[in-house]
Amino acid sequence: MSARGNGHAKILMTGNEAIAEGAIRAGCRFYAGYPITPQNELTAYMARHMPQEGRVFIQAESELAAVNMVFGASATGVRAMTSSSSPGISLKQEGISYLAGCRLPAVIVNIMRGGPGLGNIAPSQADYFQATKGGGHGDYHSIVLAPASVEEAYRTMFDAFDLADTYRTPVMVLGDGMLGQMMEPLILEKGPVRQHAKTWALTGCRGRKPNIVRSLFLKEGVLEALNLQLQKKYKAIQQKEQRWEELLVEDASVILVAYGGMARIVKEAVRGLRAGHKKIGFIRPISLWPFPVKAFRRPGKKSVKYLVVEMSYGQMVEDVRLAVECRAPVEFFGRSGGGIPTEEEILKKLHTMS
Amino acid sequence: MEKIYSRPRSLRENPTHYCPGCGHGIAHKLVAQVVDELDIREKVIAIAPVGCAVIAYDYWDFDCSEAAHGRALAVATAIKRLRPENVVFTYQGDGDLAAIGTNETIHAANRGENLTVIFINNAVYGMTGGQMAPTTLLGQKTATTPRGRVAQEGLPLKISELLAGLGGVKYVERVSMHAPAEVLKAKRALTQAFQNQIDGVGFSLVEILSPCPTYWGKSPQKSAEWIRDVMIKEFPLGRIK
Repeated sequence: MSARGNGHAKILMTGNEAIAEGAIRAGCRFYAGYPITPQNELTAYMARHMPQEGRVFIQAESELAAVNMVFGASATGVRAMTSSSSPGISLKQEGISYLAGCRLPAVIVNIMRGGPGLGNIAPSQADYFQATKGGGHGDYHSIVLAPASVEEAYRTMFDAFDLADTYRTPVMVLGDGMLGQMMEPLILEKGPVRQHAKTWALTGCRGRKPNIVRSLFLKEGVLEALNLQLQKKYKAIQQKEQRWEELLVEDASVILVAYGGMARIVKEAVRGLRAGHKKIGFIRPISLWPFPVKAFRRPGKKSVKYLVVEMSYGQMVEDVRLAVECRAPVEFFGRSGGGIPTEEEILKKLHTMS
Repeated sequence: MEKIYSRPRSLRENPTHYCPGCGHGIAHKLVAQVVDELDIREKVIAIAPVGCAVIAYDYWDFDCSEAAHGRALAVATAIKRLRPENVVFTYQGDGDLAAIGTNETIHAANRGENLTVIFINNAVYGMTGGQMAPTTLLGQKTATTPRGRVAQEGLPLKISELLAGLGGVKYVERVSMHAPAEVLKAKRALTQAFQNQIDGVGFSLVEILSPCPTYWGKSPQKSAEWIRDVMIKEFPLGRIK
């Protein structure tokens, strides 16, 4: 354990490694993955350390096999995870839909790269729609968490596994190539690991009735009842699990909104503007689903404008508009396919809004 | 009077949804009998396929999981790795195991996963309405080969022979449901395939030639004869490895 920090001293890690270490410390018992850039360090880290801890690591033959292995692992009641990057996450959508339908907890990490298609390996946030609106077939959502630093990526894993178990649902941790690849110092503090009773798990039917893991319900009305149950769960998640960070919003005339790696650049811009006495605020959604609508609905808040900045051509901005409900203008600036909005470009866009 | 035959404990009292003359009912019963005889009902975790046997868990009385079409062996791999003390098997049709799931099948076999695989080959997709399967015979008419399968549509895929060539595979046998004596041989093969897993031998597969009277357009009797006279020529019975 010493090479991986003692929980007190600061060590230097990439985001990919921090996510892997966070997962291990959060009690991940099973990991399956398939090589794809820019998340390969995560898989390699798991290959090195999971067997040492008596846990299972498998390099799968495909992304499909990996996510379906996670399905099997989760069905036995253990904490299980897979990771990939955008094209690989498209392949995993089948399995994520089945996880949602069978009400199995699992954690899926997407270190996003440029798309569509094979795209490139530059950082991107263009998978926001896919992550937050379902992705696979059927009426379901995954909880989506978007950390903005290496240290937060590490901590997020404790939250991700706990949410997955609490709600029996897939949880996606959404990062980008920048977060995955950059190194930052962090302290590997042990986060909370709650035990969840999993009476539904497949363990062999000794002393109980057989358990069945299924999402197929052919009898009239049964699938609709399951869907209503899922919707009830999603409503509860929307009420209880909104997460965001905000800065200087109270007196702001313009609030900048960004998530993940993009939020780092935007936050710097906001700090600079405040230093110049401009009334600029900042909101960083951390849970992308459920989207933190509460951050945008403040009774008595005087007129304000929003500027949403993304490494995409406008995805999260749609959720901001829905949250704002036309009570304030919402502007957008974004680049993707390798382009990262710079502080100068953001300031230029702000200038056009005043 | 002594009771000498009854429904296996591992089989629920539900009537099956299978067509008259279908082989699935017999295959389910054989699996249940073998599970009873090996006294592993409380240890078994079964993976049902997508296909006609998708609701096999309505008939077996032990822990079961569904898997996405073709992914049964990926699901089974994880379960067995995490729970080596359990007995894990997949039950898959020809489309599931040898078309959409070929990748998962070959790689689980090549890793030598200590699993039992029951492979139902009825040379057709039953659930979806009788389309061409990877194992459909040349000349066989299906919904998607209305003039009979030709070579350009693929030769009947001998996945068992293909798998037997892999080092991780320890036991492969092809059996049939077309006659009572063959059914007994099938049961012996299933027993072997389960015993192998219990003994830690490794990847074991039993291919079962199984009638589909509905989509073969034949009576149950003629279907059994077609296996005996035609299908076996393409898919010879016996121990392959």
